Amino acid sequence: MIEALNPRARVLLVGLLAALLAAPLFADRYLMSVLILIFYFAYVGQAWNLMMGFAGQLSLGHALYVGLGGYVSALLWLKLGIGPWLGVFAAVAVAAAFGAAIGWLGFRFGIAGVYFALLTIAFAEFTRIGFDHIDYAGAAGGLFLRVEETGQWWNLRGGTLMFYYLALALAAGALALTAWLARTRIGYQWLAVREDEEAARALGIDVFRAKMAAVLISSGLTAVGGVFTAFYNNSLFPSRVFDINRSIEIILAPIVGGLGTVFGPVVGAFILTPLGEVLTALTDRLGINAPGVKAAFYGLALMVIIVLRPAGVWPWLARVLRLTEHRR
Amino acid sequence: MNPSIYLEVVVQGVLTGLVYGLMALGLSVIFGVVRVVNFAHGEFTVAAMYAAFLLFTLFGIDPLVAMVPIAVAFFGIGYGLQLALVHRFVGRAEHEQFILLIGLAIIIVNGTLLIFGADARPVRLPYGFDSFLIGPVIVDKVRLYAAAAALTVAAALFLFFRFTATGTAIRACADNLVGAAVVGLDVRKLYALTFGLGLACVGAAGALMETIADAKPELGPVYTLIAFIIVILGGLGSMAGALVGGVLIGVSEALAGLFIAPSMKSMVSFALLILVLALRPQGLMGRRT
Repeated sequence: MIEALNPRARVLLVGLLAALLAAPLFADRYLMSVLILIFYFAYVGQAWNLMMGFAGQLSLGHALYVGLGGYVSALLWLKLGIGPWLGVFAAVAVAAAFGAAIGWLGFRFGIAGVYFALLTIAFAEFTRIGFDHIDYAGAAGGLFLRVEETGQWWNLRGGTLMFYYLALALAAGALALTAWLARTRIGYQWLAVREDEEAARALGIDVFRAKMAAVLISSGLTAVGGVFTAFYNNSLFPSRVFDINRSIEIILAPIVGGLGTVFGPVVGAFILTPLGEVLTALTDRLGINAPGVKAAFYGLALMVIIVLRPAGVWPWLARVLRLTEHRR
Repeated sequence: MNPSIYLEVVVQGVLTGLVYGLMALGLSVIFGVVRVVNFAHGEFTVAAMYAAFLLFTLFGIDPLVAMVPIAVAFFGIGYGLQLALVHRFVGRAEHEQFILLIGLAIIIVNGTLLIFGADARPVRLPYGFDSFLIGPVIVDKVRLYAAAAALTVAAALFLFFRFTATGTAIRACADNLVGAAVVGLDVRKLYALTFGLGLACVGAAGALMETIADAKPELGPVYTLIAFIIVILGGLGSMAGALVGGVLIGVSEALAGLFIAPSMKSMVSFALLILVLALRPQGLMGRRT
């Protein structure tokens, strides 16, 4: 089922995009930073969604690609002076190589479902502990980018405004890419593989190739998100970036928004991130030092969504607001 | 270096591994019968560790004793959880079960963080530093007791599944669900019982774990992964496999801690997991289905 937006929804989408483009004119720094977070999670969620939502391969180790992307680009910049616009290619290549290794192992040896998810966790955790001991990359002490160099957009050294538009472009780009991929040959092959691998194989689909394509595209895209976070946050710690909780954060938005839908990750990010921020602000206001509240709420959101609306919020929203024309 | 240190480390690994094994046994039982992967397994273990910590700190109850009420309480939690929530996910898509339990796991981790804070919560037993000298080998008293208790619980569970009518009925559900339903077994109740038993293992293992490790919220995901690694190593559904896998992981982590670096010990476990997944997905003691 491909979501085809009706004319009314298209107008809404263009309006939303225009509003977001103009947002820096009236939004304060805090609101901008929240929007950046939303775009980021919409972006990496979209990348994960391509693999799980469309091709049906559950990865719980996407933090691996974020971390690799971040580390490769940051190291190139810090050690060799190669800027992130070039470094991103290396970052994507390294992450895709890891993705290829995991995919090859998983799909060649028939590691499927939960086992595949465990394989992805194992790789991410393995890499996390490994990076804890790579002195060249700062080991457990982390890697820091100097923050005083600003005003160099060509090296991604800039202020909130630059990162805002970059994040918006990433999120919008991933949305457009997904919408396009969903209508291509490989997109339909993914759906076939997701629904019934044996039937897909019987139809003559090269299942291995389709799944590998999903892993490669997904890991490569996620690495770009890693480059973004590295230069936006200016610091990298193995225990933070490769942590399994980061992988879980990535999958929240697409699941809440709607797995395997083009708009699900965006809708999910627009729901979850602001709610988390409100919750943090609320506990701060009440003077409660409650470090786990936001995460506990995310956990609750996951359970509620999967119990009540396993298809996610977007399909329901689209129906209620009559935004889509369902074509087959 | 004194050569007996290697033996000591191995013995220590075996003893710790038996406690790991009991924890993994719970996961194996739940997956083997209910076919739901309990992704909140390690988080429940940590919750049991905190329960043991509380009972010790408030009432001075030794975790070796507290393990009984904790296991009973966890049985109740598991039974209720299966009936109220998990049962409606039986037979649904794998990722949906996974997400439900990940949500639960996140809530437990952060709930314990909210209640107990991020600091480690140890139990200081009066005999905490005692040890036995067996031949040339020094063995920690707490570890030996914990391992013995873990073996006892595992043996009790094994006898239950082997020799009681209910245990046989549960095994029937695992072997042939449709057949079990046809002969009139109450699958819903048996599943709840199984999930309860799985969590009872976790409750007991957690209480024992508290004597050899300090409770910390972030241990949850770590133990979940260890339990999964053990179960996959040993072979899903194989009860003996869970104990053997536990010992294997316990020993390999202890040796890796000695030879490489303590902080890198779980790398060995993850490498083992990747190897076993690729080369022998049915596990070391499981049968290919």
